[in-house]
Amino acid sequence: MTNAQQSQSQQAAVEDYRQDFPALQQTISGHPLVYLDSASSAQQPASVIDTVAEYQRNDHSNVHRGVHTLSHRATEAYEGARDKIQGFINAASRNEIIHTSGTTESINLVAQSYCRPLLSAGDKILTTELEHHSNIVPWQLVCEQTGAELLVVPMDDRGQLKLDELDNLLTADVRLMAIGHVSNALGTINPVKEIIAKAHALDIPVLVDGAQGVPHMQIDVQDLGCDFYAFSGHKMYGPTGTGILYGREKLLEAMPPYKGGGDMIIEVSFAGTVFNELPYKFEAGTPNISGVIGLGAAVDYLQSVGLQQIAQHESRLLDYMTQEVGRIDGIRLIGTAENKASVQSFLLDDIHAHDLGTILDHQGVAIRTGHHCAMPVMSFFKVPGTARASLGLYNNTADIDQLIVALKKAQQLFS
Amino acid sequence: MNAAFDNNDDMRDLYRELILDHARNPRHFGKLDNATHCADGINPLCGDKLRLYLHVDEDQSITAAGFEGSGCAISVASASLLTDLVIGLPSSQARDYYSAVTQRLGTPDASIAESESIDLGKLKALDGVREYPSRIKCATLAWHAMNSALTNQSTPVSTE
Repeated sequence: MTNAQQSQSQQAAVEDYRQDFPALQQTISGHPLVYLDSASSAQQPASVIDTVAEYQRNDHSNVHRGVHTLSHRATEAYEGARDKIQGFINAASRNEIIHTSGTTESINLVAQSYCRPLLSAGDKILTTELEHHSNIVPWQLVCEQTGAELLVVPMDDRGQLKLDELDNLLTADVRLMAIGHVSNALGTINPVKEIIAKAHALDIPVLVDGAQGVPHMQIDVQDLGCDFYAFSGHKMYGPTGTGILYGREKLLEAMPPYKGGGDMIIEVSFAGTVFNELPYKFEAGTPNISGVIGLGAAVDYLQSVGLQQIAQHESRLLDYMTQEVGRIDGIRLIGTAENKASVQSFLLDDIHAHDLGTILDHQGVAIRTGHHCAMPVMSFFKVPGTARASLGLYNNTADIDQLIVALKKAQQLFS
Repeated sequence: MNAAFDNNDDMRDLYRELILDHARNPRHFGKLDNATHCADGINPLCGDKLRLYLHVDEDQSITAAGFEGSGCAISVASASLLTDLVIGLPSSQARDYYSAVTQRLGTPDASIAESESIDLGKLKALDGVREYPSRIKCATLAWHAMNSALTNQSTPVSTE
């Protein structure tokens, strides 16, 4: 078998998983659904949907509380998901895996629980120009609360961080650097391992927003060396309302709880409360049990397909999409970094992204339009918004071809 | 005629020729220097911003109108149609149009809209958005801004 044949057969193998996704088997306005909005939220495979339904049907109960059989089953499955996630990102301990409602909550937890007690006027937090609002606003809030300052690493016109400017901004008074692994609006893969090493040389801890990283590449938090890694379940083929904060055990141990309530305590009296140990200290209240169990099933699913295979498949497909979209007269590609994953943003002629979105939807093609919760990125490119096509493991070249047909029809309509 | 979509295609129902014409060549586009009333409309869904200007004389008649900003074809066309319509109207009548337009576009059932007291004329070209819930806000953005300007609300209006 030649390399080309081999790579073709690998591609076919990943595509075959498309049939595992019930939502992709439908038509929209008479056209087969072409789902190119996985960066916003990925579809769920039947195994995730069935796992959640099975739990609801047979095992539902509260976790960590009851002595009865159902509570035992629910606890086993909920904690089993934690173990799966620990293995999935290669965390050193299960105590480092905190269940949250998503990346946003994970980052807010670090801002309020880790940063807030630490910060005072004159301190700095460093983020970048290509972040999602969820990796900007929590830092702005904690800066307002403490008098600290938020600094921003700028990017170039391809959507790549200016690493030489990073060196000037990484100074001893930076208390934390918060950086996205992969830009949701542009698809840029940041060299986080290299950046973490630079920050650590100055003893600056680093939080990585991995919402767009986890679905597309094998994550090893120990290899990256990050101090915190935040991600969401629904972008990795799991349920909404689930997410993870990975944190180094030493840091998490020293942090006060983020929310108070049940399950995060050992003993409560009005004289005082003894907090529970990790990871429960950060999981107040009845958690999203069914969602977390579904997230565990999503991890199983991703591992059965293979992250490396997914990365190769999506990389080839992104190249094809960028090439084919780029060929259309009147296309302006936004975000052309050397190293990218999953996403291509663009504008077509002077057609507003919202109009494009509606016209494409009418042909069964689902894309995201607007500012993608990354308004500073839009300001940088001086556009109110873009159209964004993003890939999941289930996409194929036929999807891209349908996107091209739909874009050309939109162009004709507005010509 | 457009080859991309046939006559039965409801994309043509949304993007009618009149809408596309006003989107391509918006009327009264630009800042109005002698405006007496002004308000911003913001659509947080897409980040679109539009500023609407009115000049209202002592008799409470709108003598001039203009708008600036960026938006999709629907919101620009709607603002263009609005400015075209309200110039020369008493401000109270402009507000009647505001009520009629926002009610009509927010009503999926056309039969209810038929009972309107005002003939909306050209504005009926916006009817297509009724089938696209996420786009109704685009069509009503300028109208909310006008209402806000006429009632002198100082904060920008949002369609959320």
